[in-house]
Amino acid sequence: MAEASDTLLQAEALTKRFPGVTALDRVELSLRRGEVLAVIGENGAGKSTLMKILAGVQRPDAGRVLLDGRAVEVRSVHEALELGIALIHQELNLAENLDVGANVFLGREPRRWGFLDRAATERDARRYLDMVGLDVSPRVLVERLPIGRKQLVEIAKALATSARILIMDEPTSSLSQHEAETLFRVIKDLRGRGVSVIYISHRLREVEELADRVTVLRDGRNAGELTGADIRPDRMVSLMVGRDVSLFEGRLPRSLGEPVLEVRDLVVPSNPRHPLSFTVRAGEIVGVAGLVGAGRSEMLHALFGIEPARGGSVRIGGVPVRLCSPRDAIAAGMALVPEDRKEQGLILEMTVRQNIGLPSLRRHCRAGGFLNREQERRDAAAMVQKLRIRPADDTKVVLTLSGGNQQKTVLAKWLLLRPRVLLLDEPTRGVDVGAKEEIYHLIEETAAAGAAVLFVSSELPEVLGIADRILVMHEGRLTGELGREGASEEAVMQLATGHGGAGETKRPRGS
Amino acid sequence: MKKVLGIFGVLLAICVIASLGNPDFLNSYNLQNILKRTALYGIMGLGAAFVIMSGGIDLSIGSMVALVGCLMSLLLVDWGLSTPLVFLLLFLLALALGLIHGLLITKMRLQPFVVTLCGLLLYRGVARWITGDSLTPPGGFTGAHEGLRVLATGRVTLPLLNFPVPIPFLILLAVTAVAAVFLNLTIYGRYLLAVGRNEQAARYSGINTHRIVLLAYVLCALLSGLAGVLSLLDNNSIQPPQHGSFYELYAIAAAVLGGCSLRGGEGSVLGVVLGAALIPVLNNASSLLGFPTRLEFAIIGIVILVGVTVDELVKRVAAARRASHGAAAVKN
Repeated sequence: MAEASDTLLQAEALTKRFPGVTALDRVELSLRRGEVLAVIGENGAGKSTLMKILAGVQRPDAGRVLLDGRAVEVRSVHEALELGIALIHQELNLAENLDVGANVFLGREPRRWGFLDRAATERDARRYLDMVGLDVSPRVLVERLPIGRKQLVEIAKALATSARILIMDEPTSSLSQHEAETLFRVIKDLRGRGVSVIYISHRLREVEELADRVTVLRDGRNAGELTGADIRPDRMVSLMVGRDVSLFEGRLPRSLGEPVLEVRDLVVPSNPRHPLSFTVRAGEIVGVAGLVGAGRSEMLHALFGIEPARGGSVRIGGVPVRLCSPRDAIAAGMALVPEDRKEQGLILEMTVRQNIGLPSLRRHCRAGGFLNREQERRDAAAMVQKLRIRPADDTKVVLTLSGGNQQKTVLAKWLLLRPRVLLLDEPTRGVDVGAKEEIYHLIEETAAAGAAVLFVSSELPEVLGIADRILVMHEGRLTGELGREGASEEAVMQLATGHGGAGETKRPRGS
Repeated sequence: MKKVLGIFGVLLAICVIASLGNPDFLNSYNLQNILKRTALYGIMGLGAAFVIMSGGIDLSIGSMVALVGCLMSLLLVDWGLSTPLVFLLLFLLALALGLIHGLLITKMRLQPFVVTLCGLLLYRGVARWITGDSLTPPGGFTGAHEGLRVLATGRVTLPLLNFPVPIPFLILLAVTAVAAVFLNLTIYGRYLLAVGRNEQAARYSGINTHRIVLLAYVLCALLSGLAGVLSLLDNNSIQPPQHGSFYELYAIAAAVLGGCSLRGGEGSVLGVVLGAALIPVLNNASSLLGFPTRLEFAIIGIVILVGVTVDELVKRVAAARRASHGAAAVKN
């Protein structure tokens, strides 16, 4: 551990607002020389924004950053690098088509008479590769390396800019266990050399192993700090959670019916090692919680036939169904409100009417594939009225609508099909509070009418507020299932970070 | 709709200027010629337009015209096959080539530009090879086959109109009607526009996007084949190395003039036909008004460039107006 406890980097009252949200609200952070500082928090707690500000990707609306006790302005990534601050993105920023040496010195190539000096590149690159314990030739193309080694190249590249502060955003998210261990050794070694590391991770066990200190963010504010022996998963979880749940009162009474969606050993292509099994009954809303990257969207994509499952069986209303394309899924009575409404949910340049009609055109078309325009017009008008889409004019191009009304248009196009199984992926993302409430109401109404609803959300209060039952996922596995009584933010976070205790075994009830 | 009116206005203006500058423009023979060229470019342009609406491109049109023409001459004149059989074989050939283009683009995920560029080279090469690179049929159509040429050179004087309309133009009108019904009144037309705009969202909505893209390339190949038949019959005999070259560019130009965006998902059938008419009208008008024929390409290029620039400017003004209007609405 670092002996010198003098502060290297200090952030004071950093504030950053985006339209509709305050991402950071007077956040403080201090980093000492030669220390590993972990920054943790739920999705949307403000970690990424904070790191982007420190690395010069974004600029704060208020507050200041001190380096060596001196106020500095970090206006660009370039300036951050000059100050010795390097950000290593979750998705690496390497030129895959170039060799390792070229990547280490990208933008700062050793030159001789204006030409690239390959010998110097190779010699100097080796020095930095040694520092991260990477034993590859600088002449190897980056694309040939496995992901763990690419990460080390990225670190070597940061060191070559003589970075004193390394910011790592979820560095182990795509590494194997072994690769992650190598990375930890390198980080500890760098710490010994006086490099400071800011380490962002959802994996509390890693944080426990690596961090000298932990700063916890919640809803864009400082929620606490832990040092030494206090760095334990349960302490971290209790600081991360605890939000307002007042939005969810006055629920519609619903009665649960027969199982509608029965999933047995579903093999999701991106996580083939952990088959998933669960059931959703008629009238039931099942929330799926988990951290970003836990495999929740991938599960929905497998169910909806976008990335068809590699194995397992799905029954809808007791009948086995084959789900190899969205068309199959729709024919089987499913609907998916996808995560990205602009890319996946809507055709922005088309009108509200055309968007709402798109999945049901086939159902109403006349012989020979002729459009039933009258039906299309009536359906769209009815949905616009029912979902209170504003402006109440279905000939408007969707692009001109607000986020909430766009999302309601997506819901409209699927609810028009009267699905037996409604899948929702982050249905309230980027939507204002008023529209959120309306969307919750629509989901409950759909369930009350007898549909089975599977509802993925990263907003815990939302999941706790409307779900009858919560499935929690962690790294592609279902780590637990919580009933209404047993559900709390703490219980969900324990399971979502892989610290479910009993949750690691089968079918637990609560924590 | 505004775009269609715009191109119609330009077309009308050029016609008026040309007929004022040189009364020969309106002479029956001249007009028939223009209509014949319009028919050819229009048929190919509609094919190109379907592909462009799907978000792709087809560069093989001209070579396809040459290949179909050469093969038709070979099968009909040299091999002496019966006319219906030849038409059937040519239809199957175009169908197969369109399917191959579409499959390579959807299933193999090759880029449309590359696939159809290879088509451009390949079909031209095959056309030259099977004909020995010489004029075909050598002496033009004779005897029993000569009657076929009516399809391309015939005229029908419609009642009321008192003007002999070339048969190819009537064929274009029929194709246009079918294309307009397809695009505007069937679910497949709607799917085509959806796929061109946002392939992912279309797929998530349950549309079989591969099948729609495939359909676009097949339609384009079939229409190119039809153009190949008509242009062989019209020319009587053709030179394999040159015949039909640049036609894909005329077809794409017609589609773009007619309001198709190369980004996909946009365009109207009527616009494409008007765009196809603009090319021969421009050519004809510029030569009648005394511009050197060597400038032909340059003039077409400038007109298209000005056209798309004006279109873009109009769009920006409209967007700016909408934005300020929207802001005002929010304030109120």
